[in-house]
Formats: sequence, structure tokens, C-alpha cells
Amino acid sequence: MADIDSTMAEIGWLDRLSSRDTPLHRIDPRVKLLTTLAFIVVVLSYGKYQLAPLMPLAIYPAVLIALGDVPLKFVVRKLLIVSPFAIFVGLFNPLLDRQTMLTIGSLEISGGWVSYASILIRFVLTVSATLALVAGTGIHNVCRGMEQLGVPSVFTVQVLMLYRYLFVLVNEGVGMSRARALRSVGNRGMGLRACGAMLGSLVLRTLDRAQRVHTAMCCRGFDGHVRTIETLRLGVRDVAFLTGWLGVLAMLRAFDLAGLLGAAATGAGR
Amino acid sequence: MSHHLVEAKDVRYDYSDGTRALCGVSFRITHGESVAIVGANGAGKSTLLGHLSGCLLPGAGTVQVGDTILTRKTLPIIRRTVGMVFQDPDDQLFMPTVSADVAFGPINLGLPAEQVRSRVEKALGTVGMSHVAHRPPYRLSGGEKRAVAVATVLAMDPAILVMDEPSSNLDPQARRRLIELLGTFTHTKIIATHDLDMALDLCDRTIVLRRGEVAADGPTADILRDESILTPCGLEKPLSLQSCPICSQ
Amino acid sequence: MHMSDALISPAVGGTMWLAGGGMIAYGARKMRGCLDSSRVPLMGVLGAFVFAAQMVNFTIPGTGSSGHLGGGLLLAILLGPSAGLIVIASILTVQAMLFADGGLLALGCNIVNMGLLPCFIAYPLVYLPLVGKKPARGRIVLAATVAAVVGLQLGSLGVVAETTMSGIAELPFMKFLLLMLPIHLAIGLVEGLVTAAVAAFVWQARPEVLELTDPDDPGRGRVGLVAVCLLVAAIVTGGVVSWFASSHPDGLEWSVAKTMGTEELAEPTDGLRGALGRVQERTALLPDYDFAEPQDPVDDEAEPGSQEPAAGQWFSPSAGTTVSGLVGGGITLVLAFLAGWALRRRTTSASTA
Repeated sequence: MADIDSTMAEIGWLDRLSSRDTPLHRIDPRVKLLTTLAFIVVVLSYGKYQLAPLMPLAIYPAVLIALGDVPLKFVVRKLLIVSPFAIFVGLFNPLLDRQTMLTIGSLEISGGWVSYASILIRFVLTVSATLALVAGTGIHNVCRGMEQLGVPSVFTVQVLMLYRYLFVLVNEGVGMSRARALRSVGNRGMGLRACGAMLGSLVLRTLDRAQRVHTAMCCRGFDGHVRTIETLRLGVRDVAFLTGWLGVLAMLRAFDLAGLLGAAATGAGR
Repeated sequence: MSHHLVEAKDVRYDYSDGTRALCGVSFRITHGESVAIVGANGAGKSTLLGHLSGCLLPGAGTVQVGDTILTRKTLPIIRRTVGMVFQDPDDQLFMPTVSADVAFGPINLGLPAEQVRSRVEKALGTVGMSHVAHRPPYRLSGGEKRAVAVATVLAMDPAILVMDEPSSNLDPQARRRLIELLGTFTHTKIIATHDLDMALDLCDRTIVLRRGEVAADGPTADILRDESILTPCGLEKPLSLQSCPICSQ
Repeated sequence: MHMSDALISPAVGGTMWLAGGGMIAYGARKMRGCLDSSRVPLMGVLGAFVFAAQMVNFTIPGTGSSGHLGGGLLLAILLGPSAGLIVIASILTVQAMLFADGGLLALGCNIVNMGLLPCFIAYPLVYLPLVGKKPARGRIVLAATVAAVVGLQLGSLGVVAETTMSGIAELPFMKFLLLMLPIHLAIGLVEGLVTAAVAAFVWQARPEVLELTDPDDPGRGRVGLVAVCLLVAAIVTGGVVSWFASSHPDGLEWSVAKTMGTEELAEPTDGLRGALGRVQERTALLPDYDFAEPQDPVDDEAEPGSQEPAAGQWFSPSAGTTVSGLVGGGITLVLAFLAGWALRRRTTSASTA
């Protein structure tokens, strides 16, 4: 139960973050979507042993987090929560790939560890960029952006409705869950059958609600198509953001900044 | 003024599982009247409201709003004239933000963007909810949701307001604010409610339903004092008309 | 079962996006034909239901561990495959955005694994034939359970295939598969039973809901066929592309060398071709492709021959990372941090000013 409560609190907090007004929020959502996707593709385009060239890319999430005034604690906490999958799956790399790749002094580092580190860095980069995107835009605007980029409106309307009724349904589910928990003894009553019954009656309530919402929509003239009067318009700032970042990403991809700096720093030119 | 008339003639309605919800309901409500529909649970209040707002079609009998008789074809016209406020505001607030919800109706009416915006502003201003225009509905309190739900209906500029239990789940001050707000409306008001004190405050006329039939129809002050009507219908006197528990006056 | 961005390559991510996105577009077009406006709130609210249901954990009898509903099959049963896919895709999208559960690029993979496979393969090809024209409670339970198991097995196969084809994680195909399949068998059984329970509930209380989910009736087989074709195309493309990239140094260069009969490649020099050639050399949009020579732009022109590594040993482990590279990388990280910090101070002071 604490699980669900904390999850909903997280969602609520992210929702509040995404409805503030910061320089990042003022950028057109389409632009932010495109630059973030480009960023992720660039990060993933490196070979699995390329560690150093990934690091300069940290500038993108860093700037986004700064512009959007996203609390760093929040990003770190989310990263930690979602990391187990990547950590666990990536762990096989050092186990299976033992060929030495790098020597620092007398320390021999196998390729497996290098690629594992690469996985972790990719993870941090892509997830933090995604979080900054959502915290700096909000689901509502992301959907508007998607729709104006050509995503079918059936889908974007669906995302918005889902998000809207999420809170209502979780409350109903939590209420039923609590009632169930209060009436079960030990583990009895928490098993599959009770769960099935609970979900069953929840789904019926959901179907009833769907009907009532539909009636309410029809009473206000709904004909199957959800319309909006607000259209997004690109400003100078948006175009600058887009071209600027695409340029930076292209340059970082083409030139090994880390290598150059490292060569300059260690005096070992190539 | 016939375009503000609401008339039911011997309306009957059965649910698909056979339950008889309305067994011949007839009444006539004229422009500007404020009518309370009261009755026990299951008496048929919500069903009747469904007919008046164009959500249900009568099995027999007619419902007339203005000059239009309710049929499948005239549904859109009726829905434009009658604004329905539902019992659960969550059913009525389905858009991502408050202003999107209030704009939903006018946009569907085909109004141009500027007019939509001005209607939204006006409606939110009337209910006192302008400050939450950009908030999503799940971040509103019960009273705020109810007020916004009223705004979504007002934005369509209906002549007749139909409300299903508007004061339910409201804390006392929110309830008082709602009653005051509704008191300022000059629309025809038809309110189904258990809140007999609100009926006394707001409505000049009361129709009492019992098992799908009209048990009484007359001035609120008279009906809500008459226990011979109230008791068989599962009701009792509103608190403000009951004698003081201390001095029995 | 949510795939993360960190473990996939752009090629795999891109192809899965095309497969998943293609199916959504196909589904959206199919739904446009069916003008029932009640679908919109129904899909929205059921999506919220599945999302909420996924948060409810139940104890799996005998194992003591807990599991939860996936929902793809249930949504297909309640809404039909097209609407079901759109709803699952919306759930996955919201999870990716709110919880970072599954990356943005990996969203395509997740939509395929947890949406396309249950809705367009398990549902039409397993559930519908098993449940028959006149569903009864027992048949619903059987059909739902088998279909859920099949769907989840296919889904886990998808995860394994996508991870392996991406080549970022080192997991060997067979071992990974043998790990995933049995686990998801158990999960599939549970999902099947829960799906069956809910579907049976609905069928008893609101049978008309289940009846409305067969708008594709004449094309029922066709829908499954489209999905299978799309999926096979995606797998073949992704597989060919990956295979090409990993066993041949540069697909283009290799075939050019073969056709020209020369071992040495003519270096692309002039204008657009030259520029494209350099871009091709430097980008690794294909999985497992690594540079055999340093990325230092100064050296590039000077050593044309080194672009073509020795056959069969194209991959040179030492090329990916050097110590000085790591030092430089560290410097850039610090710089990025400082830039972000400075920018944030400006942002917050600007807003308070």
C-alpha cells in the first residue's frame, strides 16, 4: 500500500514540476522532443567499448536540468530506482568478456568492465535526459507536441485520458485494496482469487464510469473527435534551441572532444 | 417564452433488466422556475433528469423542451438548450486542464477560437474559479471540482440547468457558496437532491417522486412541511424546519 | 520486461519503432472507420484501470513471490486488437515518461513486446480460435491462459532477440533465452488466470462489451497476418543489418571491394561522397561496429589503408578506449557539470530578480 501511495506521490510531484514556468518550459515541446530523441540516438550510436566520447554528451542533460530547474535530488533518486535492470543485465559483460583492453599503470581492465561502464553511462545519460524532458514539459504538452508532429490523435487523446483518470482509478483501487486488506487474515484473502474478484468489480465500476463520462461528453456536443483551439507556434528561441543542439550533437559525434582534451592534458599526442 | 419550457407528458421508462424506473410522470416547468426533484433512493430522480437532459429517450410518453420534442434526431438540439451537471464531477471533467474542460462544449458548438476563449473566461469568472484555469482536474478539491463542472455547463450558454445532487460531498462552506452561486442564476433550474434544506433555500417548487410516479407537486414551503407527504416517500422535514432539539420550538 | 535505452542500439530501436509505430498507425486507421464515439472514454478509462491494476501485486501461490497484470491480452479481449494496442502503447508511454520505466527509444521495442505480440498475435491466433463463437466461462479461462502464456513467451523472446541483436550487453542468446522463458512461463500463467478472471467477470455482467470487440471479424486472420508480416520484416531487417555490420567491417565497403575485386578501398575524397564517407566512417549507427583506428581527425586522411582492417579480425578492442581518452572524458564531465550549475544559478536568479 505504501508502494502505491509513494508511486502516486511521485507522479504528483512530477506533475507539479512540469507545470512550472522556467526557460525550458517555454521552449516548444516539439523541439524538446526532437532534440532529446536526437540526443538518445547519438548516445546509443557509439560502439560498446567507447567510453570516453560518451562523457561530453553529459552537457545535454546538464543544461536541460539547469534550464528546467529540475531538482538534482529528484533525478538521482529516479535514476537509482530504475537502475537495477541495467545494472543486473550489464553485469554479465564483465563476467563474460575478460579480454584485457586497458592498462592503467599495473591495473588491467577487461573489455567487459569497459562495456559495463559504457552501459551504465548510457543509462544515466538517456534516463536523465528523458526525466528532464518530462519535468520540463509535462505530459499534456508532450502530447500536444506529438500530435503536431504527426502522431495519430487517437493515440495522444488516449494518453491524456489515461493520465487524467489514472488518479481516479488508483484511488478507487486503493480503496478496494484497503477494504480487502482489512478483511483478510494473514495471507488468506490476498491470494489470486480475491485479487481476481477485486479486479473484476473494479473493472465493472470502470465500465460504468466510462459510460457516464461518455454521456457527459455527449451532453457537451461530443461527436467522436476531440478538438483543441490551441496550436503551437515556433518562435525564434525554439528554432535556435533546435538548431543549436542539433549542431552541438553533430559536432560532439564527429569530433572526439574527450580524446583531444585528454591528449592535450596527458601530453600524449597521436 | 416557450423556448424555455420543459414539459413531461406521461413519461415511462424501463431499464434493460426490466426495472420500471418511471411509470407515467407528467409536469410542466416554465421559464425561470426553480424546481427541486426529491424522493427516496430508487424513486427515479436520476432517470428523470436523464430524460430532461437528453441522455435517455422515453420508452413511452413525451418530453418537450421549448418547441422541441425529444427524439433521437432532436438530441443535439436538446443538449444545446439544457445543461446537465452530473453527480460525480470526475465524470464531467475529462480534459487535461480546467480551461480545456470548460472550452470543450463551446468548441464542439463550432464557435470560433476567440469566442471560445471569452466564454471560458466568463464561465470560470462566474463560478469564481479563474485562478485554477490551468490546473488539471485531479488537483482540485471537491468543491472546486463541482464549481468547475458548473462552469463547463455554463460555457455552453444553456437556457435550462439540470443538476443531479449538486451539494453532495461538499464541505459546509463549499455547499453554502454553491447555494449562493446557484441563487444568482436566472436560468430555469431543475435540481434533484437529498439536501432538503438546499431545496428550501433555492427552489420555489418541489416535485416529489415515489417509485417512478409523481407523489406531490407544489410550493416547496408547503410540501416540505407536510409529513403526510414526506414520510411515505422516504423523506423527512428539512433540518431548518424541524423543531429545536433543546426547546422543541 | 521493460527494455531500457542503455541496452539497445539505434538500429534495433529504430526498426522496432517502425514496427510498433506502423502497427499503431494501422490500428488508428482501422478505428477511424468505426465511428462509435463511446470508444474514446472507454479506452481512456480502461487504460487507467490496467495501469492501476499493474500496481496491485498479488502473491503467487507456491512461490511466495508476487506478480502483476501485464494487460495486453485483457485489453485486446475487451476492446479489440487495434484499440487494445493503442491503449497498451499509451500505458507504456506514460510509464516511460513518468517512471523512466523503459526508455524513449526502447519504447518501440516495448510496444512490440508487450502490445503487438499479445494483441495482434496471441489474441487473434490463439485466444479467438480457442474461445470459439459461443464463449462459455470455461473456454474463456482456457483460452485466456494459453494466449497469455504464448504472448509472454513471445514477448520474452522479443526482449532476448532485441538485446542480443543490439550487441551492447554481453548476454549470450541461448543462455538469456533459457533464463527468460521459464520465468515468463510462470508469469504468463498468472497473467492468464487474472485476465481470465476479469474477462469472465465482464462476460457475466456485461456480455455486450465482449461482443463489441469483433469489428475485424472477416479480417480476423488478416489482422494477425499483417502483424506477423510486419514483425518478420522488422526482425529480418534488424537481423540482416546487425549481422552485416558485425561480421563485415563495413557493409558498403565490403561489397564495393568484392565487386571491384580490390582489397584496397578507394578513399572517398571529393565533395558530398567524401563527406558522407567520413560520416559513415565515424558514426556507428549499426550495432557492434567499432572503429579500427582512432577518431582523431588529423590522422584520418593520412592512413586510408587502415580503414579496412584485416578480414576476420575487424574488431580491435584497444581502439574503443584509451587512458588519455578517459582523462579527457573526465574533464568534459566536470565541464558539463560546471556549465549546468552556472546555468542553473543564472536561471534561478533570473526568475527571482
